[in-house]
Order: sequence, then structure tokens, then C-alpha cells
Amino acid sequence: MGAILALDGVSKSYGALRVIDGLSLAVEEGETLGILGPNGAGKTTLFNLVSGDVRADAGQIRFGGHEISHEPPHRRCRLGIGRAYQVPQPFGAMTVFENLIVAASFGSQKREKETYDSAVQVLGETGLLSKANRLAGTLTLLDRKRLELARALATGPRLLLLDEIAGGLTEHEAMELVEEIRRIQRTGVTMLWIEHVVHALLAAAGRLLVLDAGRKIAEGAPVAVMGDPLVQRVYMGLAA
Amino acid sequence: MTAAFTVSRATRASRIGGAVAAVLVLWLSTFPWWADPGWMREFEEMSCYLIFALMWNLLAGYGGMVSIGQQAFVGLGGYALLVLGNHLHVNPFLAVPLAMVATLALAVPVSFIAFRLQGGYFAIGTWVIAEVFRISIANISTVGGGSGTSLTALRGISRSTREAATFWLCLAGATAAVAAVYGFLRSREGLALLALRDSETAAESQGVDVTRTKRAVYLIAAAGAGLAGALYFLGNLRISPDAAFTVNWSAFAIFIVVVGGVGTLEGTLVGVALFYLLNKLFSDYGTWYLVGLGLLAVVVTLKFPAGLWGFVSRRFDLHFFPVHRRLIPPERDRACAT
Repeated sequence: MGAILALDGVSKSYGALRVIDGLSLAVEEGETLGILGPNGAGKTTLFNLVSGDVRADAGQIRFGGHEISHEPPHRRCRLGIGRAYQVPQPFGAMTVFENLIVAASFGSQKREKETYDSAVQVLGETGLLSKANRLAGTLTLLDRKRLELARALATGPRLLLLDEIAGGLTEHEAMELVEEIRRIQRTGVTMLWIEHVVHALLAAAGRLLVLDAGRKIAEGAPVAVMGDPLVQRVYMGLAA
Repeated sequence: MTAAFTVSRATRASRIGGAVAAVLVLWLSTFPWWADPGWMREFEEMSCYLIFALMWNLLAGYGGMVSIGQQAFVGLGGYALLVLGNHLHVNPFLAVPLAMVATLALAVPVSFIAFRLQGGYFAIGTWVIAEVFRISIANISTVGGGSGTSLTALRGISRSTREAATFWLCLAGATAAVAAVYGFLRSREGLALLALRDSETAAESQGVDVTRTKRAVYLIAAAGAGLAGALYFLGNLRISPDAAFTVNWSAFAIFIVVVGGVGTLEGTLVGVALFYLLNKLFSDYGTWYLVGLGLLAVVVTLKFPAGLWGFVSRRFDLHFFPVHRRLIPPERDRACAT
């Protein structure tokens, strides 16, 4: 199977600071790629480049065979890239249900009424159905994180970008989340998942990528990557 | 799981409100047959402020684009009416909707300039654009230059016909403006507008074309301001650059919207009613009246940050123009049916 997402020599600098440094990456359709790295490694910037919030200075990004480097975020979303932000960004003055209607209606370009059933389904799957008519601004952090995931799902993505969605959750909540991720995996959606809650990530990711200073320092099967001395030194701070 | 979820968009208040509004519009439409011309003039003037404030609320209150230069389009609407009526000899009443269309057409290139600016720069930039139009038109002698001119196109039309037609146009314009803004907010595009007000980044990443939505709102607001301007100067019979492009338009709209309740339709209606009363009772005090208006706005924003209507609406959960969609589970459907 071909790569659904391919980055080729992608770079991004802020002033003199190179945040992403000539990164190349191929993600297979249907896989879940876990992304690790110390703070400032460029993980969220990588997501910004893929979702289009930030434009790359150099390199190519291909998604589903299309060159998307110059497409604005809304068009990348319509092509099938769904994103859950690290800091939840709910539409606070709208209800939870309406949040999903926006995503379903604009993300998959449907008429409003055609989105109601799928929105209800996603609300059910993410445990938000009982809060459907609550204003999103009144939700707890856990529910905001759920909404962030639900909204990304409602766009009907082929590729999901999950940015630290397990951060701040209790052990039990994190395991519930892993179950949800596994369910999404079974539907064939490809995922990139940035996460510091490593055991949650390892429970779902088929492959790991470790970034440091905008470069790839390790990539491959989880066990091998976690055993890599360089990863242990850079990410886990172990002496090597 | 056989019964489906349903989505409700109405509230009890909205059903009552809709009926009351329909009766009110019908009653108002009989004014030309029996009402005092003075009342009609007052209504006409207030309907222009209502249309303008509704548009400002849509632009700033919902869209987050705080402009203090929307008077640019009031003036353009007024001058478009003048050119169409006086120079092109179009029927002046027919010229009102045409002036609105002309304003819309002029707003398209203006939007490309204004949209290069954001936040405070956008606010000031739009004001500068309005001043550019004022000064430019003041230098065109065929439309009266700096001292303005009269709407001669209305000569030959009997006074009673003119007064009735102007009144009906204002009533129709105000009703259409309320309906248009309400319809827009309830539509799919309205949903996008509410979303981007909360987070442009998130809206964009959910597939909303933020720039396109904002431009659509800007153009609707400009067309509405053009309509307000055309109607205002149709009733006024005279136009000058200083009156047409005065920043007072934006100042009054901000007063109406902020005191009434920013980001709600009801708030604008409440604000206009209050503005009318204050204007009627205190406008003879000149400068002190304006000082009073400013003080009142300060006090209201401190005591009722959501505006007078926002306070009432929250206190009693009252929504005459609901824009939300309520998801109703099947269980409750059955309960309602039995």
C-alpha cells in the first residue's frame, strides 16, 4: 500500500531557529504513528505544517497523492485531514452538537441536515451525547478534549492528527481514550499521535517516530525505538 | 434505536415573537393612512439607524470585525441614490434597492483593502477609507461638492405619495434587514460565522473558509449600510458629504448595539428603542445629550457587560430570535406524543 502522507525535505524556521529541519516521512494508510520527543522538538510544528496552519519554508507535503503544501487549512480538512489541538479550541458560544455540525458540514461539505445523523453518532461514540445541548465553553477539560477529538472525527477524516489528547487525564480516562483510539483504528483511519503519556501511546501505536531539534532521531517498531540508546538519552534523560 | 433524534430550532418565545412581529409590521404598514407625518419621519429615521446597527452588529458583534468606518457605505448608498435619481433619472423609489446594489459592488474592492488590516488597525483603517470617500465626493462638483445638494428627482411627486412611499420603503427595508440577518445567522454560513468568532484557527481546520465567510459578512453589512443611507437621504431630501460620511453613524451604532446587547438581534432592537427615546427626550440639550449618551454607555457596559437585553435574556432564558439548534432525544419525542 502506498503512503497516504509523505513529507519530503520539509523545513520550517522562525527567525534563526530551525524548528523542522529537512524532515522526510512516509505514513502508510491505516497505520497509527506515535510521535515522541522532548519539548521544543518540533512535534506541534510538524502538525501545523501538515494541517496547513503554518506553511513550510522548503520541501513538499503530499497527501493522498496530492501536493498540499500550498493549500489553506480548510481545503486540507476537506481533503481528509482532521486535527485535534493540544489546547482545546472549542467554539465556546455554540453547543456541543453545533460544534460537530460545523465540522461535519464544512469538513465533509454536506448540507446541514445531512450531518445530523453522523453528528449524533460521533457524540455517542465519544460519550458526549448527554451534553449535546451544553454550550461548549462550559465543558470540563476532559469533555473539551473529547469534543476536540469528536469534532475532528466529524469532519470525516482519512488522517487524524492527535496532539496530546491524553495529557491531564486520569489513568482510567486515558485507558478509555485508548479504547476509543483502537475503535477508530478499526475503521481504517490513519493517525499521527503526539503524546507524552507514553504507555497510552504504546498501547495504540504501531510505529514510533522520535523527533529532536526538528530532526528524526529514530523511527520504527515501538520496542526497538524505546530501546534505542539515543532515544533513551534525548527523550528519557537516561545516561548512555 | 428505531426512533431518530430530532433537531429543534424554535423556542416558545420565538413562536410568540414571530406572531407579534407580524402583527406589528402589519399595523405599522397602515400608518400612511392615518398617522401623523411627524411620527412617520421619526419611524423612518429610526429604521435607518436600526438597519445600520443590525449590520454593524453582524459585522462586529458576530463576525468580530470591529469597524468604525461603515458610514462609508451609508454615504455611498446616499450618493448612489442621488446619482441614479438626479442624473440618470431613475424613479427615486426604485433607485433605493439599486443604490444598495451599487454600494455592494463598490464594497468588493474596498474589502480587499480593508482585509489587509486586522483588529485595531482594521477599525482605524475602515474609518480612513470612509474619510477618503468623504473628501473625494466633496471634490466632485456635479454631486454638489462640499456643500451637498438636494434630491431633485422627487420633484413632481405629490407630497402624500412621497411620504407614504418613503415610509413603506423604510418599513420594508427594516423588516428585510431583520429577516436577512436572522436568516443568515440561522443558515449554515451563520454557523461558520459563530464558529470563527470563537476560534478562527479551529474553524479553518474544521473546513470553514474563514476569509470567504468574513468577506461575505462584510459585503452584506456594506449593502445594508448602503440601504440605510439611501433610505435616510430619500427621507431627508438633501445630502452633503459631512452628513453622509459622518462618524456619528458608527458611534450611534456602537451605542445601540453595546447598550442593547452585542451579538444578539433582540439587543439591537432594544438599543434602537432606547436610542429613540433618549433622542426624543434629550436631544435638545445638544452637546450635553451626547455626553449623557456616552456616560450611559459606560455605565451599562460596567453594570451589564452583555447589554440590557443580554441581562434580561440570561435572567429569564428568553430568546425571541433563537439561532441555536437543540438536539432532542427520541425518548422525549415519545413523551411529547403521549
